[in-house]
Formats: sequence, C-alpha cells, structure tokens
Amino acid sequence: MQEAIISKAKQLLADGTVNRVIGWKKGEFAYDITPAIFESAEEIDAEFVYDDFTSANVSKYLVKESKKEGKILAFLKPCDTYSLNQLTKEHRVNRDNIYVVGIPSDGKLDAEKIKAKGITGIIGVERNGDTLKINTIYGEETMPVSEAMSNKCLSCKSKKHVTYDELIGEDGEVIESDRFDMVEKLENMTSQERYDFWKNELSKCIRCNACRNVCPACTCENCVFDNPDSGIQNKAASDSFEENMFHIIRAFHVAGRCTDCGECSRVCPQNIPLHLLNRKFIKDINSLYGEYQAGEDTTSRAPLNDYTQDDCEASIVHERGVE
Amino acid sequence: MLKISLENLGKLFDAVAEKQTLYIPTDREDGASEYKKYESGMKLSKNLNTLRSAKDFFFPQTENLADFKMEGKKIEVIDVRKESEDFVVFGVRACDARSFTILDKVFLCEPVDSYYKNRRDHGTVVTMACTKPTETCFCGTFGIDPTAPEGDAACWSDGENLFIQANNEKGQAFIDSVSSLLEDGDTAKLDEVKAKTKEILGKLPLANLSTESFGGDKLMEHFNSEKWAELSESCLGCGTCTFVCPTCQCYDIKDFDTGHGIKRFRCWDSCMYSDFTKMAHGNIRNSQLERFRQRFMHKLVYFPSNNNGEFGCVGCGRCLSKCPISMNIVKVMKALEVK
Amino acid sequence: MNTNDTLIPRIGVVTDIRTDTPDVKTFRVNAIQADGTVGGKVFEHMPGQCAMLSIPGVGEGMFSITSSPTNKEFMEFSIKKCGCLTSWLHAMEVGQQITIRGPYGNHFPVETDLKGKDLLFIAGGIGLAPLRSVINYVRDNRANYGDVQIIYGSRSKDDLVDYQEILDEWMNDDGVEVNLTIDREQEGWDGHVGFVPNYVKELNPSLSKTVLICGPPIMIKFTLAGLKELGFTETQVYTTMELRMKCAVGKCGRCNIGDKYVCKDGPVFRFDQLDELPDEY
Repeated sequence: MQEAIISKAKQLLADGTVNRVIGWKKGEFAYDITPAIFESAEEIDAEFVYDDFTSANVSKYLVKESKKEGKILAFLKPCDTYSLNQLTKEHRVNRDNIYVVGIPSDGKLDAEKIKAKGITGIIGVERNGDTLKINTIYGEETMPVSEAMSNKCLSCKSKKHVTYDELIGEDGEVIESDRFDMVEKLENMTSQERYDFWKNELSKCIRCNACRNVCPACTCENCVFDNPDSGIQNKAASDSFEENMFHIIRAFHVAGRCTDCGECSRVCPQNIPLHLLNRKFIKDINSLYGEYQAGEDTTSRAPLNDYTQDDCEASIVHERGVE
Repeated sequence: MLKISLENLGKLFDAVAEKQTLYIPTDREDGASEYKKYESGMKLSKNLNTLRSAKDFFFPQTENLADFKMEGKKIEVIDVRKESEDFVVFGVRACDARSFTILDKVFLCEPVDSYYKNRRDHGTVVTMACTKPTETCFCGTFGIDPTAPEGDAACWSDGENLFIQANNEKGQAFIDSVSSLLEDGDTAKLDEVKAKTKEILGKLPLANLSTESFGGDKLMEHFNSEKWAELSESCLGCGTCTFVCPTCQCYDIKDFDTGHGIKRFRCWDSCMYSDFTKMAHGNIRNSQLERFRQRFMHKLVYFPSNNNGEFGCVGCGRCLSKCPISMNIVKVMKALEVK
Repeated sequence: MNTNDTLIPRIGVVTDIRTDTPDVKTFRVNAIQADGTVGGKVFEHMPGQCAMLSIPGVGEGMFSITSSPTNKEFMEFSIKKCGCLTSWLHAMEVGQQITIRGPYGNHFPVETDLKGKDLLFIAGGIGLAPLRSVINYVRDNRANYGDVQIIYGSRSKDDLVDYQEILDEWMNDDGVEVNLTIDREQEGWDGHVGFVPNYVKELNPSLSKTVLICGPPIMIKFTLAGLKELGFTETQVYTTMELRMKCAVGKCGRCNIGDKYVCKDGPVFRFDQLDELPDEY
C-alpha cells in the first residue's frame, strides 16, 4: 500500500495537479510517526511512510494548508474523510484547494498498548495476519494484533470514504460497530458509579490541551480557554472539578459536529477515554433526533442546528435526568 | 552492601510509611505507572518509569502562593506557607533524579524559591537503578549512568535482593531508619546485572546521540536554522511535552476570587502555548515555529549557557512516547546536528 | 515559615494620583510603617529598576519605578492604561492599598559607566517613565555628570508625561537642555513638530554623549538607525525593555529571550548586548 501511495503522490506532484502532499513521516523507531508536508519526489522517497502506525488524522492541518497557494494532496483514511467533510460543511477548509486520495485502512496499532504488555525496547513491529511480531533489544515478542489495535480502530464505524477525488483500492462500507457498548454500560451505572468513573478518569487530566488541539471539530482561532480577555482562561487546577468541566464543556461544544474520529483519546497522554463523552452525545442525538452521522455529507443540516416539528420536547432532559 | 530480599520489600515500605509519608511508583489499571502515597500491600511498579515525572513532589502542577483579604481600600496578605512534613520518594530513576539537580539550579538560585526549597529540604529521594532500559532512553547522552543513580540513597535489584547505599547524610538517615530490616549481602550477582545493563545501554538505538553540536556558544547558529519550519510544521501547540517533562519549570501565576477572599496560585505553564508571551499590547512569539523553537533552544542552548554547559534535558524519553505527533528533542537534535 | 519569599508581596498605599495625559496617570506609593502610619518607601531601588504591582484578584504586572532613588519620601509609577490591571489602577482613588514587591532587574549604570559622561535622553510617549528616574537621579547628583540633553516627543502636547515637571524644573536647571516635540501641529503649541527620530537627527547631538533611549519599539528602531548614521556606536546607547513577566526573578520563563531573562538580566540593556540575543523583542 505504501508503494502505491508514494507513486500516486509523485505522479500528482509531477503532473502539476498538486504542489504539496500531506502525509506521514517515519521516525526513530517503528511507531513514532509525524504528520508532514512533502514538496518533492525526493522528500517523499526519503521519508514518506504509510504503515500500521500512521494513525494521525491529517484533516485538521488542511484548515491552514488549504488557505495557502496551490493545491495540496491529502491521503485520507475512511474516518479522516468524515472530518474533512465536516470541516468543509463548516467552511473551515477550502475544499477546492485539496485533492483527496482515499486510502484504505485495516486498523492502526497503538504502541502504548504494546508497551502496556510489558514489551520494552521495541525496534521493529511486523504484522503477520492476526499476530504481531515485535522485535526488541531483548529479543522477539509476539502478541495478538487485536490487543495492540488502537481503540479508535477497534470500534471502527466505516470503511467508506465519504469524500475523495480519487481512491486507491476498493471503497468499503459503513459497518455495524459496537461503539456505543461502553456508553450503554455507563448509562446503566448508577449516577454515583458513573460519577466515580469519570472522576477517576478526569482527575488524571494534566491540562495539556492535546485533545482540544488535535480535534478537527475544535477550530476556533482563539479558544476561550487560551484567551486572557475571556475571563475564564485558567491553567491552575484550583478545584479538581474544573478538569471535569473543561472536558464536558468541550464535548458540548463539539456535539453534533464530532465525527467520532477518536483522535482525542488517541493523543491523551493520560489515556483518558474522552471519546466516550462525545459518543454519549452522538448516541443521544441519534435517539432524540434520528440517526445522524456528522461529516457524512457537506450539505445536510445538523440536528442541533435544525428545527423540525417532531423534535423531542425540551422537557425530555428533565425526564431523562430522573433515575 | 546492605540488602533486603525483594520478598520483604513490603516490610521495608511499611516500616518507612510508619514514620513518614512514602510515595512509590505503582501500576494503574491501564498499565501505566504513577507515584502514589504508599498504603500497606501496594506493589512497586515493574515499569521502567512513571507516566508523569517525579517533579510534582517539589514543583506541583498547582500550588497556593498566598491569600489576600480585601476590605474596602485595604488589603491583607496572608502567608499560607506551611513547613512541609518529611516524606520519602522511593524508586526514582536516574533521569528523574538528575532532573532535580536541574530544577535546583532554577529554584534554589537567588532569590531562593521557598516553596520549592521547603519540599526539597523535607523530601528524601531514594533512587532505583535501571536494569531494562528501553528504546526511548537516552540519559547517557547527558552523562547519566542509570546503573549508578544519584539521589539521597540509591537502590539496585539483582532479581532476588534489593541493595541500598546512601549518597549523602539524608540517605544515610533513611537507611538507619530501616537498618533492622537490612543485612549485609554479596553483590556478585548484582555486578553481573549491572554489567549486562551497561551492555544493553550501548546497544540502545539512541546510544550515539551526541550533544556536541549544542551548548551556549551555538546560540545564533541554531536560532537562525532553517530546520525549525519543518520540525515545527505539525506541532499541535499542546503542552504534553512540557507537562510530562521532568525539567520543564515555566509557570504561571493566577488569582482566583473564592468569594471569601483571593487565592493566588502558581501552576505549570508551557512555552508551547499561544498565550505564554501574550501581553496587553502584543505577543513576541506569534507563530508556533517561534514557540516550538523556544522550548528546544532553552533546553539545548540557553540553559547550558547559564549553567556551565549543563543541558536542560535528562533523556528520560517521556516526550518521545507521549507527543501526539511524535516530534521530540531527539528529532530536533538530529536535525540540527552539525555533521 | 520564617523565611521571606519574594513572591509574597508587601502592601503599599496610594497617597496621590496625578493625571498626566488622557491615558497616563502617575501614582504615588507609600509604605505602612510598623506603627500603622503611612509614609516612606516600601523598599529602596536604583534608577531603571522595576516593581511588581498588583491588585489581588485582578492581576499583577511589572512597572518601572518612575521616581528617583534620591526621593526619600515616596515612590512613583507612571502607568498607561492599556489592559485589565492598568484600567483597574486608573480607577483607583487615593488611600487604596495595592500589593508591591521588588525591586527587580538591573538598573542604568549611573554609578559606573554613566558617571562623568555627557548624557542624552531620548524618550517617546510613556517611554519617559523609566528615564525620569535616571534624569532626576542625575539632577540630584549634578556634580557627577556632564551636560544633560533630553529629547522627548509625544503624539500631542496633551500626551507629554510629566509636562509640568519638565517646564517647572528640568527646563530651569543649569546644564540641562530640553527639546520637546509633538507628532502633529496643534493649537497652543509653538515648539517643534515632528517625529523623534527625525528631531534627533536635526539636533545632531555630540558624539561624545552616552544615550539612554526608551519609547515605542518603532521609535527606538528608527532613532537607533539615525544615531548610527550620525556616528554613534551601539556601545554608547542604552535602552530598557518591557516583556510579559510573572515571577520577576528569572524563574517562570516568560520573559526569556536567548540566554537572558529580561526581568533579571534586564530590563536595561546596551544595544551591543541586544545584538547577541535572538530578535524576539
């Protein structure tokens, strides 16, 4: 797959369709991949990579990149295309300046999960069917691929590209996923259990803002939490409740716009399952206003931006709050 | 050397915890480890290092500096500082132990930061030698030997026994306080373990990373490098690297009105953040390139310039595994390296 | 704990407020003595040094101490209204307490490099504030310095800070030459009109002078270029800088430029020293 992608990138650069390519650059080890922009075939040959660890969603970079001179080629995995569509819908990107080549993904791996198994000194990772062969400085280790699979891929919702100018390989389908299972589990908890769950998770927050900064739905020019003039900018954890509020407010802000790309949880250095907050909103929106997938298209009105006569009554919030 | 069987480690912890607060690295349900206040039965993590560094013990993420009472035109300043209680941090790795001497250079130089000093004075650092360094380790680059960690007292494990030795008076006091549990032990097997670890250190992928191209005399050369644009192009501008870093010590001061008075806090801040240098009338670092450059220039050039060549990095590797886009000081050093 | 910490401020009382210009006020600050009476200074300083002033709950900021150390009765701060804290300060009434800590930073080398020299002060707008401390220090120790020339400009006559003191005191001193200028013609102004950098070139000051300059960055930039054209070297020109600061003691990292902390190693720099720093100020 990497070869096909590289040759496509070089072809589109050579024929002038695009003047830049956004993709991924290999690192020091097997897994430390960095999103990068390439301007020449030489750069691509030297560093471009597409493998089991290229999980970063590059859509958000297109907010800035699509405003620059010339067209940029973006290789997007199915989930990434939902993000781009949503950004297009919100007029955050100039879609005309982006050439999308849809690429398949059979699930990305999470190095942290391999390390959590106690496997250390990783220098190479090879995927053979369902088995992962890990070459370390202490010898070879193996583990099932499924146990190293990135959380966002474990509950993949779609193998279908919802926007592209060209595809490499066959397009897939929207798939039945179990992505709401954990949300249901949380819903079935007592409010005290649920509170304890989130308190435990959110108290790990170190206020690094990685979740917000990577989120394709968080594209405000200047976030209120970074703006000294907003009156609510704050880096001090004066009260542990504030971390909780930050993440809940953010989840509200992206409600109806979050495509469930899973980047927030992927980048969290403290492994907080932030995506569950967003999924709760998605699940609620589905049940209250009908099935809706943000980023599926660029024209439909989002349920929270729209009014229909059969919308549920506001009092539902009160009723649902009663246990 | 004095030793205790690893089986009896719990007894040692219990004995320490009886007298002072003890913190040890312990495993979380997600496999990561973190320092926790010891409670009987708690197991020492087998992980190489904790997710968060140990700097919190001396420079916590948030702390109360002072309180103020406002009444009409009057202000009363309330000194909220309290003498810290004695505590022990056990199991600190050599990299984190070195980070304390780096933080000392900042907080203990004149005018001394009494908040930091108070904790330093009352904290005993007991380090733990590494036996299984990993691919992200490069403490050797900064002259740190993970088989001979600094700290007030140092420990080594040979797989059966834990050996302990004092590095200073504070460490000796710690050993004396648990001496009834310790006995003299033969270090032959430990010497083998150390030799084996040293052999692995030489084979680490970053073993040859050199600081030769960096230091205070390379200021303009690196500042003006064209490489920064490419290095910083996908930086998210988050604070992950800063907050997991054991040596990053920039901070913010902020007041809160509690309704019953004003609390002034100090909290971690990051030079990667867009508002770090923002003033009422402008910002000296408007682009992420400038902010990204500041962080690495500070560790590799500015800090050594002010501290006799000592670098502001200990090679713990946390930023290598935690940066959301996998951009880090190693990649910066390799890109800027003068070949 | 019985040790002091510089981050814990002391209390100052605002005992006089003078409106200098539409957006600049000068605040007189006194200490509270052990017996509860208000008087004297909270601490001593040298010309060019700064203090952190704060209204708890509003914010804390670094301000240049405008009064001269030779003033033994009080300290003064000339403050321009430009943000949240300064707006609050401008709304204060006499008798208001504020918190104050310092002195911070280095100072103009009044006892070393400047001693015995002919001095040229160049200021623009609120930039006069830090220089006023030096000017009055020099006036009070007149025998230690040569000729003094002050070139000061502002947008308009109303924007000249300390105008009354300049007219009543500075202009009447022997060996002190004051050249004022405003940006545009104005009724009731028969003095010079034009920007500071051009005025400096017109006045063509003697190359023997040591220059102290403070004002908006753009004024400093063009004035320095003009001085160089006239033949001045960077080693004879000093300036003072302002950056965002939180701790004021070189630890919080905010005002770090190159290997310098403006709060601790500055705010006073000679231009040849600034040349060795990255261009981030």
